[in-house]
Amino acid sequence: MSYIAIIITYIIVSNFILTQFLGLCPFLGVSKNVESATGMGFAVTFVAAIAALITWAVQNYILIPFNITFLQTVAFILIIASLVQLVEMVVQKVAPPLYKALGIFLPLITVNCGVMGIAVIATRTGYNAMESFVAGIAVGLGFLLAIFIMATIRERLDLEDIPKPFKGLPIAFIVTGLMAMSFMAFDRALLNNLLG
Amino acid sequence: MLKLFNKSILKENPIFVMALGLCPALAVSTTIENALGMGICTLFVLLGANIFVSLLKDFIPSKVRIPAYIVVIATFTAIVEMILQAFSPELYQNLGVFVPLIAVNCIILGSAEAFANKNKVGTSIVYALGQGAGFTLALFMIAFLRELLGTGTVTLLAIGTFDGVIRIPGLASAPIRMFGLAAGAFFVIAFLQAFLNWQTMRKKEK
Repeated sequence: MSYIAIIITYIIVSNFILTQFLGLCPFLGVSKNVESATGMGFAVTFVAAIAALITWAVQNYILIPFNITFLQTVAFILIIASLVQLVEMVVQKVAPPLYKALGIFLPLITVNCGVMGIAVIATRTGYNAMESFVAGIAVGLGFLLAIFIMATIRERLDLEDIPKPFKGLPIAFIVTGLMAMSFMAFDRALLNNLLG
Repeated sequence: MLKLFNKSILKENPIFVMALGLCPALAVSTTIENALGMGICTLFVLLGANIFVSLLKDFIPSKVRIPAYIVVIATFTAIVEMILQAFSPELYQNLGVFVPLIAVNCIILGSAEAFANKNKVGTSIVYALGQGAGFTLALFMIAFLRELLGTGTVTLLAIGTFDGVIRIPGLASAPIRMFGLAAGAFFVIAFLQAFLNWQTMRKKEK
């Protein structure tokens, strides 16, 4: 699969939030205002890309040669957790303003199933190192796109008169549902048309 | 004990009230069979993780408690994965990537962090059972509606010559396919949640 195809697939065709339901918790939790939503989006992109690359290396150079692939889940989650911790420390040291902006969202990424999801999916589809890395970036950008649209809609919803039982989460779900419906327009046919 | 069980199923229902563990809840709820399978797997991991966390709470230093919990949870997830592969490969296929993702289900980490590390083993077991049952119940409700609207069928247990699938006349021949897809799942959960909110609001007014 070419890199462009991978990018289009994970950003639009099978967007993790809107078609695969991966990473919903932070998507609903952090989409109340645009600024924190974009911060979260970039943090996820960063972690997902590096996590996809490192889990690929661990899978191919440690788990498979030693025949311990049954430890995959445990190994991957440990990698992601320590990676998030590392990223947190590096960002804190190198770019304090960015750390301040992302601060609270960084630890949350550990339990973002999108990151774990792309690590598992990349090994299952058999991507090579570069493809895994690109897929990780694309998944993160897809997440960023979805959470950014969601946050802009939610900021406006605050001013609207919503029926009481729908206040809060239910209306957020309906918005997500409508977004998912519009994303249904992008399917495999789009990929075939674009790339032949 | 019974009170705690009730509370953890209904008042603290992980899906509808606390909005935890949404990813697997929506992804595997296309059919009742998958939903129940996922519910039971999650219940098992939840139970195992809560027992171990409440037993180990005095030994784990609080600074590294989250990674420690994650390792416990991931271990139980790996066990479930192996059991499923051995005894029900079909369900394992259907649930796909969502089996390893049980490890990052926020319900489990949430109940380990918020309940099991402060309580005794007995109460932790009851709480885990309640949360697991609440999760399964919510999954069942979503799956029932999605299967009914999306394919026009209701799957029950197969008994004798009856294959266990009830086809709703009219709906089975022309189902609303959208409910089987992502968008439908979001609408179903939105309306279920709004309905529950409406119920609690009405109760309060009385």
